[in-house]
Amino acid sequence: METNGPVWVIAEQMDCRLLAVSLQLIGQARKLADRLETSVEAVLMGDNMDLQPQQLIAAGADRVYVGNAPDLADYQPELYTELVVNLAKARQPEIVLIGSTAMGRELAPLVAASLKTGLTAHCIDLVLDENNILEARIPAYGGLLSIICPEKRPQMATVAAGVFSIPEPDETRTGEVVRMEIPEHLPGRIQTLEIIQEESEGVPLESANIVVAGGAGAGDLEGWNIIAALAKTLNAALGSTRPAVDEGWTDLETMIGQSGKMVAPELYIGVGLSGELQHMVGIRNAKVMVAVNNDPKSPVFEQVDYGIVDDCREFVPVLIEKIKEYKEKQVTC
Amino acid sequence: MLNIIVCVKAVPDPKEACNIQIDPATKTLMRCDVPLVVNPLDKNAMEAALKLKEKMDAKITVLSMGPPEAGNIVKECLALGADQGILLSDPAFAGADAYATAYTLAKSVEHVGSFDLILCGMASSDGSTEWVGPEMGTFLNIPVVTMVKEIVEIGDEWWKVKAGFETGFRLVRVKLPAVFTVTRELNAPRALSFSGIIKARKKEITRWGIDELGVPEESVGIKGSPTIVSKLDSKESKRAVEVISGTREEKAEYIVRKLADEGVI
Repeated sequence: METNGPVWVIAEQMDCRLLAVSLQLIGQARKLADRLETSVEAVLMGDNMDLQPQQLIAAGADRVYVGNAPDLADYQPELYTELVVNLAKARQPEIVLIGSTAMGRELAPLVAASLKTGLTAHCIDLVLDENNILEARIPAYGGLLSIICPEKRPQMATVAAGVFSIPEPDETRTGEVVRMEIPEHLPGRIQTLEIIQEESEGVPLESANIVVAGGAGAGDLEGWNIIAALAKTLNAALGSTRPAVDEGWTDLETMIGQSGKMVAPELYIGVGLSGELQHMVGIRNAKVMVAVNNDPKSPVFEQVDYGIVDDCREFVPVLIEKIKEYKEKQVTC
Repeated sequence: MLNIIVCVKAVPDPKEACNIQIDPATKTLMRCDVPLVVNPLDKNAMEAALKLKEKMDAKITVLSMGPPEAGNIVKECLALGADQGILLSDPAFAGADAYATAYTLAKSVEHVGSFDLILCGMASSDGSTEWVGPEMGTFLNIPVVTMVKEIVEIGDEWWKVKAGFETGFRLVRVKLPAVFTVTRELNAPRALSFSGIIKARKKEITRWGIDELGVPEESVGIKGSPTIVSKLDSKESKRAVEVISGTREEKAEYIVRKLADEGVI
């Protein structure tokens, strides 16, 4: 008999494919559950979910609750919330982990508030303290905060894709697949009519060898375009910080860091950004890091391999020329 | 008439955010005179309300929870064209996490009375949680759409909106009253006008504390917050930086050579 409630992962599928973050979370949930001597349970909602539960089991789940119905094919806020909340009330999970995806970022607070419990946003690490309380780590001004939810249960957290790695699948693992009952009367105040995905332009951030990221130091759209030109010259993906997104120079999709994308390029060049930890945690695994900032005291210079103190709007065009010269030489050799 | 409530948060000016540190002893923010401004995405929420008011008969109520100084940002929203401004300020509200904040705002919304649409920015620039809007909707038992980037169709009861979804969007049909959290793509917030500022001088800000809301002290502020900060670790730099000196040309040439040697370009 398990004394602790299970560790839960709300898994997610899009067009019937499990998202990588769901498997990554199963891997981390497994570690937490082993320490708590309890089980890992996944909740998966979709249509035609036949093989996906076994994938979750191979990644480390002991039990998978599957909601399988045409009405569940796309994320439906009310129905998904109702199913998760009812099951959570029955199963009493100790911990609930959800990916920081578009769905997770909406579903997690709907579930947390319904269960009257706390929810930590976009964690970059999850560990258990000496009392087996979940410490959810988030970067914040000048440090790494540990957030705990000492009394209310479950302890909930969202985590971005790429924070944890996908566990090696063990096809010999066995687990239980439990069908969830779908209510006959569907909740009727909100409906997802369709989900459209567009091909994004340029090099995708997650798989890019080189990432050029720009921040507030760009100054204006013209300055931003200079940074974008550097990315183009290097055939790099263009990333950003929140201030650059807030200024409207680029889309939220390009934001790197705690509440954005996690990247692991060979080369990272941060231009006109101050090295806020919220951003820098997104590039922890970069091989070589360069920063350009006009303030010699900027914290970014404590976090990179090469620092260039200069006005990025003046320096970057020169850098672009030098890179082009270098590339031309490579071709002629 | 469409009753719109816009929730705005006073945040330390993101442009000066690097001057903010966390006090290692108390684990609270040391704001160090960084001025408070309207959270950037809340400006988009405010703009959405103003656009709706241009199209139809609407009343805009601005709601903010924060220290007394946050009255300035409520005033700013009145100058932009809001009809009514409410500031929730009470020492009992201090230290609230997203849950307690959403609860307090939800109770205030009930206190305001009738409403059709609640608009919030999708995230705050200081805390970066996105929970207040959806949790408020849950407490009010009304539907929620997060990351709204386009209002496609305005009906009597049912509206259609596009919400951001990974690399595309989600088309959602939703029945009012509802909560929308909005993204920057929704609109371009207007600037303050001189006449707006003059008009706002005559508008009063309503200030509510815990007594006006009639909520128990255990349900708000730090006491009503399920989550707490337990530890602060200072960041550690894992890289030894080489600062490159010389003229602009020399610096550029040097870094290109270094990156070529490292085999990364």
